[in-house]
Amino acid sequence: MFFKNLLQLFRDVRNQKLRTFLTLFGIIWGSVAIILLLTVGDGLYSVSKKAAHGMGESICIMWPGRTSVAYEGFPRGRYIRFRETDAEILRSQVSEIELISPEYSRGVQVRVGKEYYSADLSAVYPEFQQMRNVIPEAGGRFINLLDLKYRRRVVFIGDEVEKDLFGAGKGLGQNIFINSIPFKVIGVLKKKIQSSNYNGPDGGRIIIPASTYQGIFGDRYISNMVYRAFDVKLTKQMIDRVYAVLAKVHRFDPADREALAIWDSTGMDQFFDTFFGGFSVFLGIVGCMTLIVGGIGVSNIMNVVVEERTREIGIKKALGAKNRLILGQYIIETLLVTGFGGFLGFVISFGIVSLVNLLNLQDYIGVLRISPLVAFVTIVILSLIGFIAGWFPARRAANLDPVMAIRG
Amino acid sequence: MIEMQNINRVYDTGRVKVHALRDVNLHIKEGELIAIMGPSGSGKSTLMNVIGCLDTPTSGRYSLDGKAVNDLDDNDLADIRNRKIGFVFQSFNLLSYASAFENVELPLIFMGMSTAKRKQRVTEMLARVGLADRMDHKPNELSGGQQQRVAIARALANHPRIILADEPTGNLDSASGKEILQLFLDLWKAGNTIIMITHDPSISENCERIIHLKDGMIENGAV
Repeated sequence: MFFKNLLQLFRDVRNQKLRTFLTLFGIIWGSVAIILLLTVGDGLYSVSKKAAHGMGESICIMWPGRTSVAYEGFPRGRYIRFRETDAEILRSQVSEIELISPEYSRGVQVRVGKEYYSADLSAVYPEFQQMRNVIPEAGGRFINLLDLKYRRRVVFIGDEVEKDLFGAGKGLGQNIFINSIPFKVIGVLKKKIQSSNYNGPDGGRIIIPASTYQGIFGDRYISNMVYRAFDVKLTKQMIDRVYAVLAKVHRFDPADREALAIWDSTGMDQFFDTFFGGFSVFLGIVGCMTLIVGGIGVSNIMNVVVEERTREIGIKKALGAKNRLILGQYIIETLLVTGFGGFLGFVISFGIVSLVNLLNLQDYIGVLRISPLVAFVTIVILSLIGFIAGWFPARRAANLDPVMAIRG
Repeated sequence: MIEMQNINRVYDTGRVKVHALRDVNLHIKEGELIAIMGPSGSGKSTLMNVIGCLDTPTSGRYSLDGKAVNDLDDNDLADIRNRKIGFVFQSFNLLSYASAFENVELPLIFMGMSTAKRKQRVTEMLARVGLADRMDHKPNELSGGQQQRVAIARALANHPRIILADEPTGNLDSASGKEILQLFLDLWKAGNTIIMITHDPSISENCERIIHLKDGMIENGAV
């Protein structure tokens, strides 16, 4: 009998093609809108996050600062700069620090054969690799502890640098001259998306061991340090400790936040989460609105269906059908119409997502994937709307006076 | 079996109050065959609807099978209609998209009977009205008389205590009408209680008791 009702519903649907099409279109359009908006939002989120992590995850970068208060006889406005040894002090005295590397940097002239080339040079410890997500192309490597210990003249180059100097994939094992001193290329950066940087993206950078750099240039001060806590949650605590330790070494007030310039990139992650959380809610609401409009359409069609079947409802009631049976029947029918529209919406969304993924937009919106959460949310909203859309016509049907209804 | 005391039914349409039944007192015993007659607008259908628990009286006491109906809610009334009453309408009121079998099956579904039992019962009922070979036909593939037989089979399906028929031959030619009347007479002889609204004296003369209604009041035949 239930099946018969369904058949009858389909007959109604066939007899009212335009009305049904418009109704279903509302639901389809609504669910496609929700799914696509949320999915693209997801894609943007993951791409942005990945790009943000191109510089490194949960790291702190520290530059020299100037004191803003007088301290122990020193006037305010004093420059606080660090040496390589400060990194070792921090490593031994700040227990929250997992990895730390000093970073020297300067612009240098690179020569290959007779070609000259300007590049940004960084000189660091091997730990730099892990913190800053510097991943070598197959066959190469980053600088290691032996390079550091023996001041080897080895260099790790960015993919852009390789392309400019040798052509893509041809850099490994070549010799380059940095300020006329020969270096061997031991690794090339695997191309990465990097949305944040300080003094230039890694693709255009060349990196050598800190000890080798010192031997050549003899800089007194390093330009900055990069460090990371064992756990993201320890970051704030770690920064406080860094202030305390360096305040003692460099004689500044530990409460003076101007003395060191610290960029805590974990704040960026929080910003991303908050921003994209809000963005998703916004997109979800926009999608919901569209779906609600579709739901009103469904409610409307069901009202007409009830109208047309008044007599049938009266007959059923005369034969002893209870109100809740009639109520259930029409709610289920509405849910089926909504479900069918939603299903088509899902199919269309999958189609669109697959098409978009073929368009090579990965760098901008990532590889789109309809996440289980998005599917779940859409299904919940669809059912809710279907139920509400069905409730009112169904209640009207259930509460029909059988005597009046049976007259038609 | 049916006890009515001072039953009133007033339709309040807002501006006008229509007094469809006025102080109706009625006693009907089990196994009676009753014709309700009267001019149109005299309250026949309203009386039928109240007896059949499709409508509830505005005032007065109505007890069916020794049970007061006044205080029951929609759910209980639906149950009573399902189990104790069988309706036969002038215009058959079959579901057009369903076969004869499915139409007769309907009240059994509402009762919650199992599929196997339903099949047996429906087959039995359709055989009883002489339509065993028309089970899969849709109403529009049946003649008027045959459609009314399906409706009677449907009314009988739950073994109701009372069969209420509202001008069951009104839409039929005289030959089919006679057949339907004969069917009702057979059912009566088999022990069913039957109440029929009719304008047709050739039908009412077969009934043992005739209730005449006028302006919502019973003129004679109340007891």
